[in-house]
Amino acid sequence: MIKHEELIIIGGGPAGLSAAKSALEADLNVLLIERYVRLGGQLIKQTHKFFGSKNQKAKMRGFNIATLLIDGLKDAPGHLTVLTEATVVGMYDERIVTVWHDATYKKYQADAIIVATGASEKFLAFENNDLPGIYGAGGVQTLMNLNGVLPGTDIIMVGSGNIGLIVAYQLMQAGARVTSVLEAAPRIGGYAVHASKLRRLGVSIKTRTTIKRAIGENKVEACEIVSLDDQWNIIEGTEETINTDAICIAVGLSPMHQLLSMAGAKTSYISELGGLVPCVDENNQTSIDGVFVSGDASGIEEASSAMVEGRFTGLIAAKKLGHVTKGFDKDINECRDQLFNLRRGPCGLKIREGIRKLREVNDHA
Amino acid sequence: MGMRIQNHPILEFTEKKPVRFFYEGKQMVGREGDTIASALHANGINVLSRSVKDNRPRGFYCAIGNCGSCQMRVDGVNNVRTCITELTPNMHIERQRGLADDQT
Amino acid sequence: MLKRTGVPDRSQIKDAFPDESYLIKPKAIIECFEAIPCNPCETSCPVGAITIGADINKIPVIDHAICTGCGQCVHNCPGLAVHIVSIKEDKALFRIPYEMPDVPKQGDIWDGIGRDGKTVCEATITAVTQKEGFDKTTILNVETDKTYLYDFITVRRP
Repeated sequence: MIKHEELIIIGGGPAGLSAAKSALEADLNVLLIERYVRLGGQLIKQTHKFFGSKNQKAKMRGFNIATLLIDGLKDAPGHLTVLTEATVVGMYDERIVTVWHDATYKKYQADAIIVATGASEKFLAFENNDLPGIYGAGGVQTLMNLNGVLPGTDIIMVGSGNIGLIVAYQLMQAGARVTSVLEAAPRIGGYAVHASKLRRLGVSIKTRTTIKRAIGENKVEACEIVSLDDQWNIIEGTEETINTDAICIAVGLSPMHQLLSMAGAKTSYISELGGLVPCVDENNQTSIDGVFVSGDASGIEEASSAMVEGRFTGLIAAKKLGHVTKGFDKDINECRDQLFNLRRGPCGLKIREGIRKLREVNDHA
Repeated sequence: MGMRIQNHPILEFTEKKPVRFFYEGKQMVGREGDTIASALHANGINVLSRSVKDNRPRGFYCAIGNCGSCQMRVDGVNNVRTCITELTPNMHIERQRGLADDQT
Repeated sequence: MLKRTGVPDRSQIKDAFPDESYLIKPKAIIECFEAIPCNPCETSCPVGAITIGADINKIPVIDHAICTGCGQCVHNCPGLAVHIVSIKEDKALFRIPYEMPDVPKQGDIWDGIGRDGKTVCEATITAVTQKEGFDKTTILNVETDKTYLYDFITVRRP
């Protein structure tokens, strides 16, 4: 039996929650599907105060933002149903999805779907990279900040983007020791303020350095690091062995496009957006009518932009279903302004370039 | 190795109720709020599965249910993603070897 | 250099400080040298001493003549990039944000740490403040010899 829903939102992170809020405010009935036991996505493990401006809840800690977004769904006029511990395993024509929940497969058909599935952590090729004790940096953040368990005591962080720097700092806050942060590029990838916080704690950041191999039988015991030249080649003879019981990989994120690909939405590989992304129009609608995408699933960015995109997409989806809210034009413009502002600086260069390329692909189609 | 965080400047890990479970038949204790994977980690168990072809040890990687490297047999059910499944009292957790189907 | 090591250059640090004549009163030192989308320092300042503007990616500019050293920007900066500094006789007085589990007590003498993580001096903790509004960021008042005005950035248990 296929159950009919007005709007289905897949993913209860910053984008999905914000989309749910604006859709509910437009008096839509919403089914919000979340894989984990509770809502919040990756916000629930973010212990640092957020950047951005007041509109994106700057200076609040991430896990408090999650609570705020979840509580914000309570008073809206529309009807909300939340499924947690529910994984959408299939998406088909006619906006039909299959959900694995309560040890059964359930089928739903929706008038509109917002895919807010977020991202997955990228991996890195090196010898023995499958040893236990090698984790995604985000995985370690979950383990320590949600479950209160440390992965080890002497930790190597591979990658100096914001996730690498932030998780390294949070490991130190939790009582572990980060031996060093490795960065293959000549420059630190994340914000300088995050790097400076780590350096004060005595953590070294080694640029032009990468991991060559992990060492250990059933568990990481050490790793070999090596310097790189300006052509990214290993400089022989610079190998150094460091004892470590946990290696965190923070080399970027890939958008979770799989459900959209499965449903036949047009995608394009755009490295600036993190990999394969759905081709969307300026309303975040994919090539499938009534299927929208928002947040990291449409291109890797910060949680701040995911919240704004979510709000935007919720409003657009509601309009599509005939629910035009009172301040619609004003709200849409506000979202566009906020996104423009978050992306207009040097840190937004990559995302701006990615979006430009995406539009180009659309124009050629 | 894995261990509980004692003192944290931002988060409060108040002492939570112990939860008894069994790993390969051996009794262990986790805490309320643990996932299966975090409870095993806190008990020093890092090898959660074995690779199908070469039987190499596998731990968890992503902790959000994406990668599948933490799949175990839980209360007789194969391929449970232990990183996103909450620990409940008296759970029986076992390692799978090769393709899980071989054992059922 | 900052983007290679995470440590600002000496000249960047000096530029973040006003002329020492200003420091007879406490002033905020903002070590935010990179254009990132962020503006809580500007919006939290009660006297309008910090300017970023409509483009939140601009680097904050502080007018030390207006700054009262109230410290609102210290716990509101998500990057822990602001501290309050003043000079009293031969001592440098600091108010720093602190988010580590090992919190010192008033009267403790800890190591004064530089921006590269190395010990530079002795640091006397003169006050430890934890308030609801600080949202888990502890503010430490610290006193060092005036010589370390530009070198000191945080403390560590010796």
